[in-house]
Amino acid sequence: MRALPLGRWVRAWRGPPRGLRGLSAHRDPPQKVSVEVLDHLEHLALVDFRDAEGVERLQKAIEFADQLHEVNTDGVEPMDSVLEDRCLYLREDDVTEGNCTKELLENAREKVEEYFVAPPGNIPLPKLEERETFLQGS
Amino acid sequence: MAGTAARGCAGAWRRAWRRPGPCAAPRAQRAAACSARGGAVPAGHSGLAPWVPVVGLEVHAQISSNSKLFSGSQVQFAAPPNSLVSFFDASLPGTLPVLNRRCVEAAVMTGLALNCSINKKSLFDRKHYFYADLPAGYQITQQRVPIAVNGSLSYSLCINNKMSQMVTKTVRIKQIQLEQDSGKSLHDDTRSQTLVDLNRAGVGLMEVVMEPDMCCGEEAAAAVRELQLILQTLGSSQAVMAEGQLRVDANVSVHHSGEPYGVRTELKNINSLRFLAKAVDYEIQRQIEELENGGIILNETRVFDSKLGCTVPLRDKEGKQDYRFMPEPNLPPLILYDAKSLPANMNHQQVINIDWIHERLPDLPSVKREKLVEQYGILPEHSFTLMNEDGLAEFFENVVKQTQMKPKKVIGWILKDLLGYLKEHSLTVKESPVSSYLLADLLNLLEKKEISSTAAKQVLAELWKGEGKTALEIVKEQKLQLLQDQKELEQICQAVIDRQENEVMAIKAGNRKVLNKLIGLVQRETQGRSSPVLVKQLLEKKLSE
Repeated sequence: MRALPLGRWVRAWRGPPRGLRGLSAHRDPPQKVSVEVLDHLEHLALVDFRDAEGVERLQKAIEFADQLHEVNTDGVEPMDSVLEDRCLYLREDDVTEGNCTKELLENAREKVEEYFVAPPGNIPLPKLEERETFLQGS
Repeated sequence: MAGTAARGCAGAWRRAWRRPGPCAAPRAQRAAACSARGGAVPAGHSGLAPWVPVVGLEVHAQISSNSKLFSGSQVQFAAPPNSLVSFFDASLPGTLPVLNRRCVEAAVMTGLALNCSINKKSLFDRKHYFYADLPAGYQITQQRVPIAVNGSLSYSLCINNKMSQMVTKTVRIKQIQLEQDSGKSLHDDTRSQTLVDLNRAGVGLMEVVMEPDMCCGEEAAAAVRELQLILQTLGSSQAVMAEGQLRVDANVSVHHSGEPYGVRTELKNINSLRFLAKAVDYEIQRQIEELENGGIILNETRVFDSKLGCTVPLRDKEGKQDYRFMPEPNLPPLILYDAKSLPANMNHQQVINIDWIHERLPDLPSVKREKLVEQYGILPEHSFTLMNEDGLAEFFENVVKQTQMKPKKVIGWILKDLLGYLKEHSLTVKESPVSSYLLADLLNLLEKKEISSTAAKQVLAELWKGEGKTALEIVKEQKLQLLQDQKELEQICQAVIDRQENEVMAIKAGNRKVLNKLIGLVQRETQGRSSPVLVKQLLEKKLSE
């Protein structure tokens, strides 16, 4: 059983989510996201928080997700997919696809003799000090 | 390759690397031994406690299958760029992974052969990183719960250079996981661009993670060699390193005995077993010297430069990678069954039965080696060399079948003469101009005492030219038949005795060694067509009269 039986749920739940306006006395203070973490995220996911509103949106998203901590999940196995009870389909080892080089290259901006063209290696995002980003001021 | 794989760590950390240049070669002040027993390396001039090198390996083996792990495009080594790529492999939106049954079976076979516990429920995850040859931006792998865990791999090592003393070592297998291969990047530095070919993207890989139980390059190479033989025997991978079907990354560190493990470096770009041994040994040496000179070891990735024989840091990797693992949302858990848990009403094609696979595993190399020793009475070292050379064991067995010569004698011809020729001319057993039939034929002549063993070697040299002649034809051509006429032989012996008065006196006075000179003279008279054993007998008989 993945989900808690209803009775346990009611007992474990300390109350309905208050929403993002008021802070419950029971809840831990919201986690502040540091500039280092934001910079790290920008490197990893190549997103650009762009301005204070972007960072605030992230902050609120974290607070929203933090509500999950209110549920007591001791002894309950995490569910990571609603597909968990489905059968994983096994395909026979036959060649059924491929041979569509032209189609695949149709959308490529640049190509060289049927190869895709990419920049030489990863171009890392410049360090925080060296790039123009909103985060620099934080 | 046999030499590299078999010779053990009794070798010294010698001053082999005295080469100037960008790779400042480390100098071992004292020859040290990574013994097959202890693995400790006596310290250099600092006189501290001995260094213990620690080597762990991550081996990626390409699964031998017709189609890829999650798509139906073909798996083939050389093909026009991007011709073996499906929409899923190119990561076009709207495509989903569909697991290939054959790849799962290959992983189960490999897990069973390596004594692993097969996880009846394993999960798929996404490992995120950016690179041009990874169009999706993530690789589907099995990080949390892989398909097989906790196994072991036993391999043999020679602890001296003469291949006469073998010792068995074991390395623990941490896990085996299924994962996707990435595409290939061709770097075009002149035009500052990378060309990407996705033919290899999505091909199934088995990653075999070995615990750091090894202590030097020889052990690492021997372990990988054994794994290669096992994979080839199972057919789960063709494991040819040169074609990229078997890739090895080595993790190397050193520490003082009794202290915690040192910082490790990861070695990449190793293309052969020989380079694997060299790279690992170089890195151990480099780390020891660095630490003895008061430096520190960085947790970095280094690349082996085969031309210079050293490892250099890889510039592209900036800092530690954060792969942000997450469960693969498009794939439910992979469930495997055994005889007990087999579901009654499921379609056979959708069920993988571990026990069924176990029953059909072929004899592993270690089992075959033992069988060869038992069946033919050869030494374990011989059996090792037979199995180490592709097709040699089969060749040997074919010769034995077709000749009256005892296997114990045949093995000498196979390992010394035949293998010697093959190595000299860089040929594989399959390419041998001398077939098992021809060799058996020759050995029969020798066994029937129609020719001497010296003559046999001459005949083999002639056969090697591959001119289509049989052994008998060559013997007749070069008049190599042994003198069968005993009387004629006796006459020649007598003649020699009569001529060599001084030598005869010396022998009668007790100097037996001079007899060899007389035998030599008889041989010369008969143009090598007399059996030395018989000549000796006759001479001795005559001299005692």
